[in-house]
Amino acid sequence: MDEKQRNEAYNKYVTAKIPKTRAWPSLFNSFWVGGVICCLGQGINDLILLAFPNMAEQSAWAYTLIALIFIASFLTGIGVYDKIGKFAGGGSIVPITGFSNSVTSPAIEFKHEGIIYGICVKMFTIAGPVIVAGVVSSIVVGIIYLFV
Amino acid sequence: MHYLWVFLIGGLICMLGEMLIIYTNITSARILVTFVIIGVVLQAVGIFDPISQFAKAGINVPIIGFGASLAKGAMAAAQSKGLLGAFTGGLEATAGGIAAAVIFAFIFALIFHSKTKN
Repeated sequence: MDEKQRNEAYNKYVTAKIPKTRAWPSLFNSFWVGGVICCLGQGINDLILLAFPNMAEQSAWAYTLIALIFIASFLTGIGVYDKIGKFAGGGSIVPITGFSNSVTSPAIEFKHEGIIYGICVKMFTIAGPVIVAGVVSSIVVGIIYLFV
Repeated sequence: MHYLWVFLIGGLICMLGEMLIIYTNITSARILVTFVIIGVVLQAVGIFDPISQFAKAGINVPIIGFGASLAKGAMAAAQSKGLLGAFTGGLEATAGGIAAAVIFAFIFALIFHSKTKN
């Protein structure tokens, strides 16, 4: 009983302390930053197709994503991406650049724990679940597709 | 002109992610997982390609596109190689992105130090 009351009081304290993001400005920021990142991707894709008109569409997309991943990884390294993230929230998490950031950021953060247990292990703290979810669901889809 | 669609659709998807953050307080790892699975499902039921026709980077750059190419690869390979394809196809299609994220993260983690938080 006593414990229950204490937990309730604690939960109230936590909710009071969580920083309130005002919804509209952050929604607006995530909208336009996300839109700009997607336009950047489209721009890279268009440039690649302009330079190599014979390239297959899928290869051009693969190069585009690799380029975006490189840019985001570099920006994470010099500490710029985190600033964008603070400003744009979902606008910087949902694009593939956010995936790249989620790999690079912990890798740098835990560098001091060594190359194997720091960089190599920690780079998958967020990307790991993403890859697991993707692989599992894609295999399920592939197997279902075999029988349909 | 197609940049307008890219901007609008891409922005909307990102705003959806931000709404999830604000109203449900879920972490970024969960958001990424959610959107990957959304992408897999959209591709599996065949809605992704029609949207991708006009949204282009607007839906391919968000992590939904990553999920969609996983499912697309698995389905295409399942058709050509059977059961083995269902296993190999997804990662084959997305290997470039995953490998790029790993190699660049490794290199930049070796070069850069974490910024001390003020």
